[in-house]
Amino acid sequence: MSSLNGRRPVGANGAMTGRMLRYVDALAEAVAQEMERDPRVFVYGLDVDDHKRIQGSTKGLLERFGPERVFTTPLSEDAMTGFGIGAAMAGMRPIHVHIRMDFLMLCMNQLVNMAAKAHYMYGGTVGVPMVVRSMIGKSWGQGAQHSQGLYSMFMHVPGLKVVAPSNAYDAKGCMIAAIRDDNPVIFVEHRLLYPTEAPVPVEPFMVEFGRARLMRRGEDLTIVGISNMAVECLRAAELLADAGIAAEVIDPVSLAPLDVDTIIQSAEQTGRLLVVDNAWTNCGASAEIIARVAERPVRNRSIRFERMGFAPTTCPTTPALEQEFYPNPSRIAAAGYRLVRPGDGSWSPDPRRAELSYQVQFRGPF
Amino acid sequence: MPDGAPCADGEALERLYKKLYLTRRFEEVVAAIYSSDKIKSPVHLSIGQEAVAVGICDALRGDDVVSGTYRGHAAYLAKGGDAKAMMAELFGKDSGCARGKGGSMHLVDIAHGVLGSSAVVGSTVPIAMGYAFALKREGRGRVVAAFFGDGATEEGVLWESLNFSALHKLPILFVCENNGYAIHEPIEKRWAVRDLIAKVRAFGLPASRIDGSDVVAIRAAAVSAVAPMRTRAQGPSFIECITYRWREHVGPNADFDAGYRSRAELEPWAAADAVARIRGMITPAACQAIESEVERQVGDAVSFAEQSPVPASSELKTHVFA
Repeated sequence: MSSLNGRRPVGANGAMTGRMLRYVDALAEAVAQEMERDPRVFVYGLDVDDHKRIQGSTKGLLERFGPERVFTTPLSEDAMTGFGIGAAMAGMRPIHVHIRMDFLMLCMNQLVNMAAKAHYMYGGTVGVPMVVRSMIGKSWGQGAQHSQGLYSMFMHVPGLKVVAPSNAYDAKGCMIAAIRDDNPVIFVEHRLLYPTEAPVPVEPFMVEFGRARLMRRGEDLTIVGISNMAVECLRAAELLADAGIAAEVIDPVSLAPLDVDTIIQSAEQTGRLLVVDNAWTNCGASAEIIARVAERPVRNRSIRFERMGFAPTTCPTTPALEQEFYPNPSRIAAAGYRLVRPGDGSWSPDPRRAELSYQVQFRGPF
Repeated sequence: MPDGAPCADGEALERLYKKLYLTRRFEEVVAAIYSSDKIKSPVHLSIGQEAVAVGICDALRGDDVVSGTYRGHAAYLAKGGDAKAMMAELFGKDSGCARGKGGSMHLVDIAHGVLGSSAVVGSTVPIAMGYAFALKREGRGRVVAAFFGDGATEEGVLWESLNFSALHKLPILFVCENNGYAIHEPIEKRWAVRDLIAKVRAFGLPASRIDGSDVVAIRAAAVSAVAPMRTRAQGPSFIECITYRWREHVGPNADFDAGYRSRAELEPWAAADAVARIRGMITPAACQAIESEVERQVGDAVSFAEQSPVPASSELKTHVFA
């Protein structure tokens, strides 16, 4: 991970201390620390207590806090979402876990019609302090219904917060902030981020929502990468550096609220903005980000825009097609190059260098 | 007292009558005001169905909780929800129970144990279940009664909730107000199996069917269902109350000329009207005292609503986030 400058953790006394920790362990540590601190917090969802523990992200919780606070559910996503909303209204702090984001489609009525609206339509008399965790899958045949980054659906709805941390530090800090938040928070994880490591403080800290993170400085081009694409964009920035192009990379971290000011500030300086989403571009987070930059009230210079995201298709399973479905560092770098040097469309990264930059893909068996 | 009905003493009958009369008169006044356009909210009247909410809520403690539906005026009032705040809510006023942001379909009064109601059929049922989970953890013997209609039994979420409540022995009383219609569609066009009780029992819950006009029997059934929940001796229970909607699905009028049901269908229900039946069981003096008090209460609610200010325009953007 290149750098995590920009913000200081609350309660960590400023210094970026701590051990290298994997994203998956950072999630489990954050939840354990909050469960220790606050007896109202509980974790539920299919498989949170089985031997695999949601790829390890709920590891240790059952042993430490017992089945009263860590329990599985029937496959009843609709009712179990409402269950969490009701418990939250009664003052508890539920964390509902879904092993894939695709399953949130079964929760939409409760999340959109109840969780998002309860505080408003009941005149502020109730709150829904609830965290909904879900994971986006990728590679090794995840296919149509295990791969979707559906967060823009939730960004659309007032009353929901949406966060998609891309590294272990933000995973821990955002999780603690989400649990302490008095509103429903859609917490988006990516399967391929789970084994990635970053320095993470031992003590609890919060990463404030609504503040983007500057991951890498550069003056030629601004690249915004969402969720796992933040990592792919950092790799693309390395490839662009080979061509003498300095890309600035920004991770929004939280999508709702969205810190568009940091993006505007960078894009005004570079004059070029490439938004790379871990989702489709149509009506997606990339559309929202570029619209807000285009609508900026003060325009010191014109900005050239480009978006990248999933191919406008269903995600196929065969690797031969799947590799065409996703943006990758090589393609991101090539797009960045075209934005910076529009007259010279022939450049693409050295294939051997590009290959080195590729993400370690998930392999089976499950 | 009807033969075979569980006994309710005079005091209880007077209490029941007061709640029945309040609910009936409140909604009749709402219906009368409606054409003036002072009420800025679609209303789904409970007229004819009051006995269900009144009977169930009379078996509950003040600190118990109910959840309701968009046809939720009766549950709100029967549980002790603030009548003034409710009328103000219907008028769209800042003093409304939801600050004018919820209207008739989203009544709420947390202080009196009324969870917010919802316009999406079945959607409050799992929320009531989650609340019951929290109350079980709290360990003070509080329970939740979840009201829903026959239409909600066609939503998967109801059955998901029955299963989970039974599995975790949650202190929740499921109350189906079966009025025979989902908007204008009769059960005959919607249910393959008419025996709801058999379906519910298959999920592991005790379940019974009751005449929805018999407020005394409803109250008695709720008392026996709720008592063992308080001590954790028993988990959830289910009561199906067979009742009838006298007015149109939404709005203040009767709709027997619309073609989907006949006025003759109403007649036995009107003859069995709980308000009139209980009225006949209490003394004329008690009756008069109750009715004049309720008339004053409803009148006060209307005055309060009329005199209250509308919300400031800045209120549009408050309460999006807690």
